[in-house]
Parts: sequence; structure tokens; C-alpha cells
Amino acid sequence: MNQEILDRLRMDDRFPHILCPGCGIGSAMNAMIRAIAESGLTNDDICIISGIGCSSRVPGYIDADTFHTLHGRAIPSATGVKLAHPDKEMIIIAGDGDLLAIGGNHFIHAARRNLDMTVILINNHNYGMTGGQYSPTTPQGKRAKTAPYGCVERAFDACEMGIGSGAVFVARSTTYHTPHLKGLIKQAMKKNGFALVEVISQCPTLYGRLNRMGDAVKMLEYFKENSITVSQVKEPKDAEGKIVIGVLHDIEAPEYYESYRKVCEHAQRR
Amino acid sequence: MSKRVGLEISLAIAEAVKLADTDMIAAYPITPQTHIVERLAEMVAEGELKAAYINAESEHSAISLCVGSSIAGARTFTATSAQGLALMHEIMYITAALRLPIVMVVVNRAMSGPLSIWGDHSDVMGERDTGWIQLFAQNGQEAFDMTLQAFRIAEDHRVLLPVIVNIDGFTLSHVIEPIEILDQTELNKFMRTFKPKYPLDPRRPLTFGAFAIPEYYMEAKKQVEQAIFSSKAVIEEVWQEFDKLYGRHYTPIESYKTEDAKILLLTLGGIGETAQTAVDEMREQGIKVGLLKLVMYRPFPIQELRDACKAAQTLVICERAMSIGGQGGPIGFEVRSAFYNHRTDLQIHDIILGLGGRDVKVDDFKVLVKHASEKKPKEYELIGVRE
Repeated sequence: MNQEILDRLRMDDRFPHILCPGCGIGSAMNAMIRAIAESGLTNDDICIISGIGCSSRVPGYIDADTFHTLHGRAIPSATGVKLAHPDKEMIIIAGDGDLLAIGGNHFIHAARRNLDMTVILINNHNYGMTGGQYSPTTPQGKRAKTAPYGCVERAFDACEMGIGSGAVFVARSTTYHTPHLKGLIKQAMKKNGFALVEVISQCPTLYGRLNRMGDAVKMLEYFKENSITVSQVKEPKDAEGKIVIGVLHDIEAPEYYESYRKVCEHAQRR
Repeated sequence: MSKRVGLEISLAIAEAVKLADTDMIAAYPITPQTHIVERLAEMVAEGELKAAYINAESEHSAISLCVGSSIAGARTFTATSAQGLALMHEIMYITAALRLPIVMVVVNRAMSGPLSIWGDHSDVMGERDTGWIQLFAQNGQEAFDMTLQAFRIAEDHRVLLPVIVNIDGFTLSHVIEPIEILDQTELNKFMRTFKPKYPLDPRRPLTFGAFAIPEYYMEAKKQVEQAIFSSKAVIEEVWQEFDKLYGRHYTPIESYKTEDAKILLLTLGGIGETAQTAVDEMREQGIKVGLLKLVMYRPFPIQELRDACKAAQTLVICERAMSIGGQGGPIGFEVRSAFYNHRTDLQIHDIILGLGGRDVKVDDFKVLVKHASEKKPKEYELIGVRE
């Protein structure tokens, strides 16, 4: 299995990678590639699209058709590719700033539209690539380079946002729970429609350091100790201060491309 | 007392914004601009600067926030680079048309793609037609001074236009230089209280952003055009006052060893200092070469350029931007136009170099001067490119 994973990477010319020591993006990428492999998809069956940011560097390491677009523009670019190649499995990998700030409008509208794609949101709670400014998921009170004494804004709950916008599958995991994460990505890819998997990830270099959260191991231990599964949440207060992991939302709704085809067929029958 | 300190240029700009007592700062993170706004965030949080600070959700939002605060009568600052500036593009025209005195530092960076975080001037050249006043700094002291001057220029009621101060990404923004930081008391002699001419005020309701039918649109544009051309006198007045107070002299075009020069180099931004070293070395060898540094890009100093080139036979434009599919670089178009119908014997070489952070070295200018003294100019040339 490991060799098969390595064969899917561009080991010859793209490594070593640019990620900082202890970064969680590698773990998320690993889970994603294993999910693709275990789903029986070849690298030719998929297309991986990203915007700009640390997590957006992931597609470049994978030996498949990939597209590193502009900051925030992964989803519209993926929409274009998907409409031209409806048979391809479309995977978007994005960070919190990329997907929820500058690309936030695209995110909610893609969820509403329900085109078949899988969005893997690597949430490390800050803009890593530009040096640790606060993002839409920086928790209130936490420090960032543009909030040196704590962020005053409230954070987005990306999963709630996805559900509220119409996503048909929404799940969350962490970089500590990688086999669990892999399983969620597999489910998300299988789902026909807009699927979101949020990965709570560590940025020990910036967010972690600015908030004195210790090294990567400490941050992973925090994820381990503070995560509870969806089934463990009996009442809302159980989830307070916790990372709720698992499938949060799974419904059926008409997929965009199929609905569009039906409308066209109907119009052409007249 | 003013003090001379070793300071990263981005941080010196933040000092200037603080000393100018800015009221509102909105920005979105983008490399290589971030150090300016990170420092400002810290100053606001620590109470050194009493202002509102917001990390917007995109540059499109950042400049829109600035438009709002400026209309409300607040002294407003933002900073960005490359893609961020391009994302602001739509609002750039509106800012000038609404006559809002916003100050922006553009930390110049190459436009994607290919994706590059390194310096050139391709970002800001996209904004040349928007109606913003544009200045280019070549070192940290100029970046600091121009940021302060920009507020005076923008807010002058004879101007009321937004101002961009350009500094090169990394080669200026991330470099530590000795910079004289003016102290508040001394600076107060220069700065003015911001008196917005038409602020939003419930006691005197106004509407902004009104629709202009074809019978009015051209008149509105003409007003912006007149404002930017008449701003030149105000800019020079502000520079003279600055010189008198602090002893640093600014001109639309800075001339260096041009008196008897047959060949002139023309630069924008940080490469001006590199070219200056090249001129010194060539002068030692007896080559009659001089240097023009374009400090004021908008309004374009046409007459000053003609005057500065009076005695020269050859002008070598060295620019870090290109108009793909056009006749070279944007500075090349403008300079050649300045001499059309005016003077036909000036040999103008339009050289495009240093794109995407490609290093521009002292020897490059020597090669250019040698080349220009031996050959007739082509339409334009890209130098330092592998075949």
C-alpha cells in the first residue's frame, strides 16, 4: 500500500515539500491520497484543484491533473473543470482563509448549487502562508499577527456554514484522527453532490506559537483529548469547547449537473 | 527629536502611518505587504495609534471599507500587492472619481502567472488609468517621507485624490535601512488636520456614487483629469515645504549626473540606486552617462521629462513591466509619446528587465549603456532572458 501511495506522488521532482516541520497538511494529504486509492480511483480519474495558501500547495505534489488557481478561486475553477469533465472526481483542497474569506462567496454558492465535488478544508485557524494573520476561523480571543492581543471577531463554523448553504454531506475530523479522516473523505467522494470535509489541523509555526499551544505533538494531543464523536453529543452542552468529529450532515438533494441535464432534455422534447 | 534608526522599511511605513494619526486601516494579508499592516495592528492594539483596524475578507472588501471610512471623513490607509491590487481594480476608479483622499502603499510584486511573490511593477501599471496619484520610492527614507507627504497631497482641497506610494517588494519592503524617523512635534509642523470637504453628515445629507448619464459622464471624468494635472503644483509645494522643514528634497524627476550626459538611464523605484552606482562607475571610466529617476508617475511629468532630456542624445528606459502584445513597456509608451511632435532626434531604447524578481545588477546598466551607444534602438527589448 505504501508504495502505491508513493507512486501517486511526484517524488522525483517536487520533494522535499515546502511545509514547515510539524505542519498538519501532510497528514491531511496522506489521508486524502489513501482515500482516493482505497476508493479504487486512479490518478487519471481525479482532478485536484486549489487556491492560494499553504494547503493549496498540495496538488503540486500529486501526480494527477491538478490546478493551483488564484487565492479564493478554487471552487469556481473546479466548477468550470467539472462542467467540462463531469466524469472526473473533483477534489478541492483549501485553507480557511482561502475558502471562507476571499472565496467565501464561492463556497456558499457552490454548496447551494450542489454540483458534485468534494471540498477538503484544512482549517489551521490562520493565514499561514502570509505569516499568521487572523482568518475567519481564528477563535475569538486567540492571537494572530494582525490580532496581537486576541481576535475580536467571532469565528465561522465552516461545517454549520456548509449545512446552512445547502451542502449535502458535511463532516469533520482532525489531523490526529487520520484513519477516521480517510474514511470521511471516501464517503464525501462517493456522495453525489457538494460534500465538505473540514480537517482541524495544527500550525505550530504560527497559530500554535502565537497562542503558546506547544509543538505539533502537543497540538495533536489537544485534538485527541478534545474531540468527541457526533454520537457522543447527547445534548448541545456536550459539544461546548469540543471538536465534534464525524458525519454531521448527510442528506439527498438533486445534483446540479443532473438537474441541468434534465431541464435541457425536457426543453428539447418540447 | 528625530532619530535615525535601523528599521525594516515596512515598519518605517507603519511608523509614518502612525505619525500621520490615521483613523482607519483596512487590509487583507498578501505577501510582501503584510509586515506593514501587522505592525499597524500591533500599534492600534497597544494604543500607540488611536484608529480602527480591520483584517478584511478580501482586498475587494478592504478598499471598499476604505471608501466607506473616507466618505465618512476618516483619514484612511491601506496597503497591498499584486493580485490584491488587481482585486481592488474595480474600486480603484471609483475611489478617484469620488475624490477620496485614501493613501495606499503598494508593495510592488509581479502579477501571477506564473505565480510569483517577487518584485516588479506589473501590478501597479494596471492602475495607471484609474486617476490615483502615484509616487515611486527608491529607498526606505523615501518610503517613509512619501507616506507622510501622501496624506498632505491627497487631502489638500485643491487635489482630493487618492495616492499610491510604490515600494519594491522584498528589495525594499523587507530590507533594514537607516531611516530618519521624524518625531511627532517636528512632524506636526508639516501635517494638517484632515478636513474632509464633503463628509457624510446627517445634518447635511449627501449622496455618493450617483449615476451619470452620457450628458454628464465626460464632464465628471474631465474634472478628475483636471484635478490630477493641477495636483502637480500642490505636490511640488508640499515637497518644498518638506524640504524646508526637514532638508530632504523631492522632485518629479530626480536627475543624477545629467549635466553633460549624452546617454541617460531612466528608472522607477529601487533599481534607481543600483543604476546610480553604475553611473558612478561609468563616470570614473569617462563615459558621459547620467540617470533620471521617475518619482512622480501620475500625474506624468511631461515637461520635466522633456527638459531633463534636453542635452541628451540617447535615453535608455529601464522598466520592470511589460504590455504584452503592445510596443514594449508602459513607461516606454508614455516617454515616446512625450517626445512625439516635440523632438525626433532622441534615440529611445525601451528595456524591460527585472520581471518577477529577476535580479538587476550594476553591470546590467553598464551593458545597456554600451549597447545603446553602439546600436540603434529597437521597438523594445527584454534583457536577461534565457533563449
